[in-house]
Amino acid sequence: MKVTIDDISIDVPPGTTILEAARMIGENVPPTMCYYSKLEGSGGKCRSCLVKVTKGSEKDPRPMPKLVASCRTNVMDGMEVKNTTSPEVLQARKSVTEFLLINHPIDCPVCDQAGECDLQDLSYEHGLSKSRYDFKKRIFDLIDIGENIQMHMTRCIMCYRCVMVADQLTPERVHGVLNRGEASEISTYIQKAIDNEFSGNMIDVCPVGALTDKTFRFKSRVWFTKPVYAHRDCKTCSGKVTLWYQGAEVLRVTGRKNKWHEVEEFICNDCRFHKKNTEDWVIESAATISRHSVISQNLNVYEKPVIHKKLQEKPKSE
Amino acid sequence: MQSLTNRSKIVSNKTMTWSERIYLPAILAGLKITLVHFFKKKVTLQYPEQTKDHGPYFRGRHVLKRDDQGRENCTACGLCALSCPAEAITMIAAERKPGEEHLFREEKYAIEYEINMLRCIFCGFCEEACPKDAIYLTEMIPTADYTRKKFVYTKDMLLEGIEPKDRIDISKRRKGIREGAM
Repeated sequence: MKVTIDDISIDVPPGTTILEAARMIGENVPPTMCYYSKLEGSGGKCRSCLVKVTKGSEKDPRPMPKLVASCRTNVMDGMEVKNTTSPEVLQARKSVTEFLLINHPIDCPVCDQAGECDLQDLSYEHGLSKSRYDFKKRIFDLIDIGENIQMHMTRCIMCYRCVMVADQLTPERVHGVLNRGEASEISTYIQKAIDNEFSGNMIDVCPVGALTDKTFRFKSRVWFTKPVYAHRDCKTCSGKVTLWYQGAEVLRVTGRKNKWHEVEEFICNDCRFHKKNTEDWVIESAATISRHSVISQNLNVYEKPVIHKKLQEKPKSE
Repeated sequence: MQSLTNRSKIVSNKTMTWSERIYLPAILAGLKITLVHFFKKKVTLQYPEQTKDHGPYFRGRHVLKRDDQGRENCTACGLCALSCPAEAITMIAAERKPGEEHLFREEKYAIEYEINMLRCIFCGFCEEACPKDAIYLTEMIPTADYTRKKFVYTKDMLLEGIEPKDRIDISKRRKGIREGAM
């Protein structure tokens, strides 16, 4: 099936969404806050990936009457889509960003997600410099959902990704969305309930700082740490992770994220929270970080990583 | 050969006249200048006793501000350290405990905050980067000292006091930054 996005054509298999087709092209990809390709049924909630379909298909060339969510709309043969070339889409995205930020506290200086936050990127690109919202923002009290994960419900944008991770990755889900409308919140109802071996992946899929790593809480800022790919023999998961170093110390372990900020393979809590020594890991290489990311400011490519010497010895001894 | 830039000066070797050769008129002209300056207003300041007012854009040593209720503004976000071209700023963050709400404005605060005044180039990027209105450059000057260690200013040296008399006024500078003048 041939689809044209922003005047670039590509052949895609039937059943591909517009967003996936745009990702195959690799340029001018609509931003995603709730869609996660690894999670079934995700997407369609945040509306930040809205695009304009100027030609429905070869058989029915009428344009679609409204902007469509590209993550939930499948391509048709001969479809023509406008993303950043349409001022209407950009205006809509700006409004969506404004809506997403209405109840967001914008406490980026405090938040541990700052620097790798999707909402931060979105508002940097599409947001207003000043809020037009006069009313009181929705505020939740901190609740303790478990020993490893810190939850800040105030920062949540209700993307449901964490609920889907728990549904699709673990046998029993113990958290979900309570209440409805503006009062809806992610919660466990019973405190300290989350203890599943794969629950830590909620941190990785969260697009904002609503779910963060308690072992990394306030330790450093993301842009002061250096990401390194590493692996270990893990019985429960693939063991392929990113280690975030500050000096010779591993401050944080996360899954490996690809170009679209999605984890390639989910990792277990043991790898994520309890293996924080270089000795536990076999280091592969420096992580690839977009040079537009603030994290890349700390990656001195001319400097040989100090950790390498130790690591080269490690595989021999095994 | 002719010079390409045509900027070189051609030196003339003309011989001096008789009046020039006796040098007396030139000496007298010089003495006159000295005499005129003798009665002019003096520009020298007797420094420690007398001081000069700084210009509005003067950038001296830093101060960590508190808000109106005496809570620390700094939340240890690290943006000053990130923007610092001289790598002079370091900090360690900590979480605010329940009951410390009157001390720190946000959930997170800097438990340690250091500025190395030997590294600092007083560019003012840190105050520009600060999202919490916490750090400002003042008119104070880091004093001379004998050891390098003493130029590493810790948080208790940088933080202003809670009492109104201990506050450091930066309103002029804040206004200038907001208007984009500095």
